[in-house]
Amino acid sequence: MSNNKNRHQGLEPEVTDKLRSQAEELLARVNEGEYARAMTLINELSEVRDQSLYREVGRLTRSLHEAIRNFQIDPRSAEQQEALSKMTDASDRLEYVVKMTGNAANRTMDMVEEAMPKASGIRDEAEALSKEWVRLRRREMEPAEFRELYRRIDLFFVSLVKDSSDLHNNLSEILVAQDFQDLTGQVIQKVTALVKEVEEHLLGLVVMASHVDEITGTVHDIEQTEISSEEGVGPQINAEEREGVVSGQDDVDDLLSSLGF
Amino acid sequence: MKILIVDDFSTMRRIIKNLLRDLGFTNTDEADDGNTALPMLKTGKYDFLVTDWNMPGMSGFDLLKAVRADEDLKSLPILMVTAEAKRDQIVAAAQAGVNGYVVKPFTAAVLKEKIEKIFERID
Repeated sequence: MSNNKNRHQGLEPEVTDKLRSQAEELLARVNEGEYARAMTLINELSEVRDQSLYREVGRLTRSLHEAIRNFQIDPRSAEQQEALSKMTDASDRLEYVVKMTGNAANRTMDMVEEAMPKASGIRDEAEALSKEWVRLRRREMEPAEFRELYRRIDLFFVSLVKDSSDLHNNLSEILVAQDFQDLTGQVIQKVTALVKEVEEHLLGLVVMASHVDEITGTVHDIEQTEISSEEGVGPQINAEEREGVVSGQDDVDDLLSSLGF
Repeated sequence: MKILIVDDFSTMRRIIKNLLRDLGFTNTDEADDGNTALPMLKTGKYDFLVTDWNMPGMSGFDLLKAVRADEDLKSLPILMVTAEAKRDQIVAAAQAGVNGYVVKPFTAAVLKEKIEKIFERID
């Protein structure tokens, strides 16, 4: 927000100058016993205080209005509906991401669960046939056994053609199921942009609130609440940069073995 | 060998179930949090527990403590498969008596290694 740039610490220089010079004069008058003049100075001082306070309050009110307008939640503004729907839209979008990724995971696993028995079926039959084949080459096979092997190999070729083309289909289905990444990526980028925008406006409000505290001399007792990690806190983002967080399985293994596991 | 898989996300349960099947463990059941899992475990039908940490209702950590506190279940091997990656959490899980800790995202090889290690110790 543009009005954050000219934020200042405490009072304006002209006000502090005036305070300083009048305070000096007040001290001098009191020392010299000119009490009537001193009283007038005290009145003037409190006027300066009041005026600067009014000015600050006026400034804060204006900034607050601007911040609220930037936030697009001004109840009188026509943009209200749009702004609110932007937030609802954001949560709808995230729900869409959860749904899309869930669907993709399930579709992929459907294909995998369908493919796995076929792959192991091919492997098992090929293993069995190759053992028989070795026996045939060593001429250890009876004619009846050979006829059986002949029939089995025939069947195997038929099922091999079918199963491998099924596997191929499943693999390309799995490939296509990854298309969620493109769609969810776009959605997440949009939501991220909105969150950043909201974050900026919130920061503006925080800066303004701290300024109010400054000129009114308010001190907040903010209790430090420690979140218990017993309930679980979910995945750690940027684990490498965080203290007290493992960055992978190797770290976990090292930690556990240091505990005697 | 009957295994109970506890995770609030059905996709993760399905992944673990498939990986376990690949390792030769075909007899598995599923539960979506500790509250569902604990009564199932108390039937005494299970030989191994694979659980997530962060779940609504009863967390995997509470489930771990509940199992260790139960006279009939306390020696049940437990593998934690979780995204929880804080050192103090891993230490807490170890102190509560977990038998293995796999941090998500994980690979099939890691899961296999940890499960084999747990059974090696038991045998």
